[in-house]
Order: sequence, then C-alpha cells, then structure tokens
Amino acid sequence: MFKSFEPNKIFAITSKAPKYVLFLFIVVLTIGLTEALILSPEDYKQSHAVRIMYVHVPSAWISLGIFSFLALFSVGSFIFKNKNFSLISKSLAPSGFVFNIIALVTGAIWGKPTWGTWWAWDARITSMLILALFYALYLLAWRIYGDKEQVIKITSIIAILGAVNVPITKFSVDWWNTLHQSASVNVLSNTSIHISMLIPLGIMTAAFTLFSLLIFLMKYNTELIKVKNKGLDRL
Amino acid sequence: MYGKKVKLRFLFLTLILVSVILSVFLILQSLKENVIYFQSPSEIKILVEIDKKKIRVGGMVKDQSITINTNEVNFIITDFKNEINVTYSGAVPNLFAEGKGVVAEGFLKDRNYFLATKILAKHDENYMPPEVKEAIGDK
Repeated sequence: MFKSFEPNKIFAITSKAPKYVLFLFIVVLTIGLTEALILSPEDYKQSHAVRIMYVHVPSAWISLGIFSFLALFSVGSFIFKNKNFSLISKSLAPSGFVFNIIALVTGAIWGKPTWGTWWAWDARITSMLILALFYALYLLAWRIYGDKEQVIKITSIIAILGAVNVPITKFSVDWWNTLHQSASVNVLSNTSIHISMLIPLGIMTAAFTLFSLLIFLMKYNTELIKVKNKGLDRL
Repeated sequence: MYGKKVKLRFLFLTLILVSVILSVFLILQSLKENVIYFQSPSEIKILVEIDKKKIRVGGMVKDQSITINTNEVNFIITDFKNEINVTYSGAVPNLFAEGKGVVAEGFLKDRNYFLATKILAKHDENYMPPEVKEAIGDK
C-alpha cells in the first residue's frame, strides 16, 4: 500500500505550482487586509483592538490544523514505512511553527490592552505554548539525527505524542475556566461574531492557508530535489 | 493483507497513544484545581478552608456595584448564584466594566471578601460593531 511514489511526477507539480499559489496568496491577502484593517467595523467593546483577531485566530487555527495533518502523515510514515509521508510531514512543519509563534505573539499584543496582561498561565495559552515546543522538538529532531531510519522514527513519535495536545488545546476553553474566551466560530452551534467581522476573518484564513501551502510546496520541492540528487528514482 | 511488521507497528503506536492519553487524562484530572485559571464565587463559598495563598476569582462584575473611592475600587463579582465583594487599589484595565467578565487575583479574607492585587478583564466570545450592539440593546 502507498508504494507508488514517483518523485519526478510530484516534482513536476511542486516546481511549477508555487508561483501560482504565490500570486493567489498576494491577491487574497490584499483583499483580506483591506477588509480587516480598513473596511470592517470596530468592535463595540474593544474598538480597534479587534483587528488583531484577524491575524491571531487564523494563525492559531492553521497551526493546530497543520499539526493534525503532520501527525496523520507521521502515523502513515511510521506504520507503512512510507518515506513520502515523512517528507510531507517534514515540509509541513515550518509554516505550522511560524503560525504558532504568530498566534502567541499577536495574542500577547491583544491581551495587554484588553485583559491587562501580556501572558496568563491559563489552559489555552499554556497548551498553545506546548504545541510550539512540540513543533520546535519536531524540527530540531530532523536536524539532529542524521540516520534516515532513525530520524523518521523519532520525528514520527514526537508528532504523535504532540497530537495528544491538539484536542486539549482546542477544547481547553470548554473544559476549564480560562482567561481566554471560548470559541466564537462554531460548526455545530451559533457563531458569535457579526457577519461584517466574519468575512475578513474568513478571507484572512484563506490567505494564511495559501501562505502555508506555498511554504509547504517550496519545502517539499527542496526535499524532492535532495532525493533526486541522490540519484534515486524512487524512495 | 499487511505484513506482520506493519501490524506490530500499528499495535505499538496504538499502545503509545492509549497510554499517553490515559496518563495525560489522569494528570489533568488530579491537577484540576491548578489547571483552572480562576474560581467562581460559588466555588469560593464551598471552600473548606481559607488559604493565605494567592488565588483568582472570576465572574461578572455585578451591575451598579462599582464604587470608586480616592484610591480604591470596590465591586462585586457574581456568577448569578453567589457573590463576593472585592477591593482593589490600582489601575483597572480599559475593558473593566459593570456587567462584563473579570478575573481578580489576590487574597481571600473570608468567603465574602476578596482583596485583589491585580485585575484582569475577561473578554467574552461576542464580536460585533457598536451599531449592532445598540440595535440588540443591553441584555
């Protein structure tokens, strides 16, 4: 299962796709920023500080989402010894880590004027920090271990252990009292963000998703070049 | 259909996951009081003993309960079942207001009186423009 991996075919996509994704990203980001910073209204309570939310929330979503995918591909690579899956996981990690840091930093910047503090050791913020540590561990492990067999095992285990933290982060605001507010955008129940603020949030999420896709494709492309340079047609 | 090794690795991962989830669950369960960021006035009421430790109390600032003296702010935190009086001296965050969420950090004098050393405003999950808020009215 999953044995048919041809770097050349994938390479044909990953070497061309980035420029289109970059173009799309710039277009969507421009629309998103215009909506978020200029066109959208201020909040009744926090006034202009609400605009930080348009960067903070998509970043947090994406860092959690990427870690979920990273863990899934790691499971695949660990169980089926599929090297392509491990390359995909490895290429997903950098953008997830960057968005995790962005979420933490923008959260602190938002927290100071609204809560009155940069940082609180509540369940949501702490679990988000733990997620960042798992990202860092994962990325470091790829750098430290040279042996191919070994590095795949170690990084997969890190990703799978870190995955346990993902639902904890997501549901921390429901399970415990936290300073962090609970989810505003819900699939199953009512969304408590006004539509005029939900639209820029959606567009910014799309823009950031495109950016992660762009970084992923570039990183994946580099990994494939490394494979090709070793003179292997398949892994 | 899969090889024996694949099955073994699957079993290995499942066991790791189950044991990690179980241990994390048990740890969080036993640390419950430390994982929560604040306690509600109702939880304060049923405290067995009053520690000298710093704690946090959170809830809503009761309507028309804020009184400001020269260098002291007095208000009541409520969870709509129980209430607690809070005294604080210092600057309050901008979003601190009646009818809004608040977390006070400080020391419990007795079950009805809390001496705060820090006030944090808790934001709720509602976001809307001021016009919409006016149209809905204050509830």
